[in-house]
Amino acid sequence: MNPMNYVILAAILFSIGSAAVLLRRNAIVAFMGVELMLNAANLALVAFSKIYGHLDGQIMAFFVMVVAAAEVVVGLAIIITVFRARQTISLDEPAELKG
Amino acid sequence: MVNEVLFWIVAVMTVIPSLSLLFAKRPVHIAMSIVTVMVGLAAAYVGLGAPFLGVVQIVVYTGAVMMMFLFVLMLVGVDSTEDLKETIKGQKWIAFAGSIGLAILLIAVIGKVTVQPRNEGPVGDPYPIAIQLFEDYVLVMEVLGFLLITSAVGALVLTHVPRLKPRRAQVDVAKARVLAGADPVNKPMPGVYARHNALDIPALDPEGKPIEHSVSRVLKIRSQTQDGAEFRAQLEDPGHPGNVAESKDGDDK
Repeated sequence: MNPMNYVILAAILFSIGSAAVLLRRNAIVAFMGVELMLNAANLALVAFSKIYGHLDGQIMAFFVMVVAAAEVVVGLAIIITVFRARQTISLDEPAELKG
Repeated sequence: MVNEVLFWIVAVMTVIPSLSLLFAKRPVHIAMSIVTVMVGLAAAYVGLGAPFLGVVQIVVYTGAVMMMFLFVLMLVGVDSTEDLKETIKGQKWIAFAGSIGLAILLIAVIGKVTVQPRNEGPVGDPYPIAIQLFEDYVLVMEVLGFLLITSAVGALVLTHVPRLKPRRAQVDVAKARVLAGADPVNKPMPGVYARHNALDIPALDPEGKPIEHSVSRVLKIRSQTQDGAEFRAQLEDPGHPGNVAESKDGDDK
């Protein structure tokens, strides 16, 4: 079985993640969509590493994981700060700035 | 070369739970199904010859990242309901169309590609991964160290709440109590006429007067207190019927 099937699976997962980011109003759920997109990219990288017989793809996937962990830490801290300031984490809230 | 059964198991295990991201109502359910997706992806990594990444995936994503999501859900409030009123008109359908279009585009492009997979790829065991990381990518590793430290400090700074009032230590509490006129020492113990379980009898001060506040306030409210005069009378009259009963009662206790 061709490892390109895993790349197609990664494309599907990426699309689901992007749909979640576009659709959901809850900041945490949208953030989980971002995580799913990063994981889909990781899956594609590992599949490419398998296809081309290099370890570089796996190294890149490892780096993506590290960056994703850092991003989650800062992003969730921002969500908590926003929640403290406005008592909501709805992503529609910035629209209230229009006045 | 790639196990077909494993692929289909992984596909079902990742795509179906990830759809909860679009359709599930409660954030906790979404987080748990994303955990399933992460475990499925870890299985895929192991199947694709990356066992190290598979283990890292489970440790980092299911173990750390998703648990942190759950912690933040706990802090923010699990039942924070989403308002479904659309601020942009037709946003739902535009988003659906955009995502499906993206999926179709990516799949069409990927489907046109023909590759000749190598039969014997390297296996991403920890040892060759470590050789690569610390020889070819050592600078990137150091930069990632900076990144992680910066993000940790950033999270601390962002979630830090400055103290509004000075901290009250034990010394301050004691000083405030004395300033308010309270006794600096303990209250005297009740029960000088210990003929029974005598918490309801006030203590005597050095002049022989009863100290009323040595008896618990609760007993006074329930009117379960007795004053010393009654007991003095009983002591002086040995034939008092209550005297015998009281002493028997006291023996039982």
